Amino acid sequence: MTTYILRRLLLSIPVLFGILFATFTLARLIPGDPCRAMLGEKATNVVCDEFNHRHGLDKPIPIQFGVYVNEIAHGDFGNSFRYSKPITELLMERLPITVELSFAALLISIFIGIPLGVISAVRHNSWVDVVTMMWANVGVSMPVFWLGLMLAYIFALALKDTPFQLPPSGRLSPGLITIPFFETWGLEPTKGTFIYNISDFFSRMNILNAVLTGNWVVFKDAFTHLILPAFALSTIPMALIARMTRSAMLEVLGQDYIRTARAKGLDRRSVIFKHAFRNALLPLATVIGLSLGGLLGGAVLTETVFNLSGVGRILYDGITARDYGIVQGFTVVIAMFFVLLNLIVDVSYAYLDPRIRLN
Amino acid sequence: MATITATPAKLDSEALALKSTSLWQITWHRLFRRKSSIVGMIILAILVTIALTAQWIAPYSPTLSMLDVNPPQNVQKRSSPCIHLLGCPQDQPQHIMGTDGNLRDEFSRMLYGARLSLMIGLSTVTFAIIIGTVLGALAGYFGGWIDNLIMRVMDVLLAFPSLLLAIAIVTVLGPGLINALLAIGIVSIPAYARVMRASVLSIREMDFVSATRSLGGNTYEILFKCILPNALTPLIVQGTLGIATAILDAAALSFLGLGAQPPTPEWGSMLGAERNQVFTAPHLVFYPGLAIMLTVLSFNLIGDGLRDALDPRLVHVSS
Repeated sequence: MTTYILRRLLLSIPVLFGILFATFTLARLIPGDPCRAMLGEKATNVVCDEFNHRHGLDKPIPIQFGVYVNEIAHGDFGNSFRYSKPITELLMERLPITVELSFAALLISIFIGIPLGVISAVRHNSWVDVVTMMWANVGVSMPVFWLGLMLAYIFALALKDTPFQLPPSGRLSPGLITIPFFETWGLEPTKGTFIYNISDFFSRMNILNAVLTGNWVVFKDAFTHLILPAFALSTIPMALIARMTRSAMLEVLGQDYIRTARAKGLDRRSVIFKHAFRNALLPLATVIGLSLGGLLGGAVLTETVFNLSGVGRILYDGITARDYGIVQGFTVVIAMFFVLLNLIVDVSYAYLDPRIRLN
Repeated sequence: MATITATPAKLDSEALALKSTSLWQITWHRLFRRKSSIVGMIILAILVTIALTAQWIAPYSPTLSMLDVNPPQNVQKRSSPCIHLLGCPQDQPQHIMGTDGNLRDEFSRMLYGARLSLMIGLSTVTFAIIIGTVLGALAGYFGGWIDNLIMRVMDVLLAFPSLLLAIAIVTVLGPGLINALLAIGIVSIPAYARVMRASVLSIREMDFVSATRSLGGNTYEILFKCILPNALTPLIVQGTLGIATAILDAAALSFLGLGAQPPTPEWGSMLGAERNQVFTAPHLVFYPGLAIMLTVLSFNLIGDGLRDALDPRLVHVSS
């Protein structure tokens, strides 16, 4: 197992370099010089010369690439001229929001998608199956941004003054504030330390922070704000998961060992869950891993629609403001994040299926 | 799997006559036996009809403001749909889907949007298939360092979530429909390259390829006359499903303001332009989004149907 993980880790290094090379090339392809692209049109020659020298842009291209890789290895993803802040700092502020949203969406898609898929497979060709598959087909074809806007319209306007009313944007109602859990607990980590950064990161996830501080008013408010965006974002992965669960279960249910299990008189429940479902898990791990990339892409759209100040939203702002630093830095980080997620999926694969790690 | 098993009732002289059925005839038959593919094909047929006839069936030009028609119409910005048949007063001008923020007829814009949407799907996928197929074929046929180089580049492209990579590419190229199409085309290349490479790897070892080679066939002949026709089926399935993804991604880019620019009647950009008006003029958000969904749905349904119809492992029994 350890050798497998190590080998898999080593294999992702060339891909990481490829990602860096691709973003580096993209940045060099930006029309005009990188200095004015990064600092804005009004940067003077003196400022630009200094900027070029500092980032090694007056050196040959291969050395520039080396400088770029070196900067990234030290956690320096460049600066945003719009926010005049390092990208790393912006990321630490915004990433928790996206992680919270994507995680909620993933939970919804797993907890609804898998049961639906199992039921449609067990009751093959019944009305449940037909309806689920129709709905799954519509789900994978859904423009997330449209669904989000329509949900906002239905739940914030059409259902106004009913118990089903939900807020259409933002993360908390005006007036509510969250106090980071480490301050409530009386811990005072020094700013800039690793412990502080980690605690700060997690305290920015409103729901987690509310649970940790026991503030149930904030919890309820943050939760109601999260429902619509999380549901909108979860549609495509949910549909994919339901479809994949169904086809994997159908395949497994036709196997001889299922017939054996039934023949020896095992009850339906343990045949379905112990014998069939466990073996259907493997293709599911792939589809869940693949949807994570879709979630990150969908987060840009969902956050734009629901006005959430996460990674996706800031990327959108960066695009409209031509803040290449943001676009480049965030793309690198998200791609690396994605590689890491794929690695986790592969490792879980090896855990789920011994045949893989033995090969 | 070359013939369809007929039920005894249909076993008349006509069915017994030895008439060879081609793969495409079989596929066509199977496709028409699935309700979902029929639904997909109906939606697509309607869309194609709309796209081809938009200039005749649209009541107005898609970029024409209602102030510029003769005589100028007295309509409000973002007015709700007014259909005379459904009881809208006769003295008001008819706008089946209302008007948009620039006093243009939404219905006309929607009709022209079909044209653009289908064009987007077809052109990006054609671009990606051509490049992906060539790259995949080269990688699979020659192997060695060529294979390694091409497939590692594809791995890197796949390492980015597709929409994000497309966003990054458009940011560099500059917003616009053509650049958005190019970006979506580029990010979908790896899928086709992989499919093609896998097919080439399995086909190049077959006897008929060796036969061609021993008869003196050159690389070009072997690749494009022997291998490519046999690798077509997975490419067609991937391509149909790819059109769906391409249309969805293009709409998303336009929604973000990176794709088609106003006043181009593109559904994604129409939706994006009016998204802040969703509470006051929901129809301007509802119709374009619904159209995008139906278009994507039709390609997904046909693609799924094709995949099952072309899959030799599935047992097909006529019902």
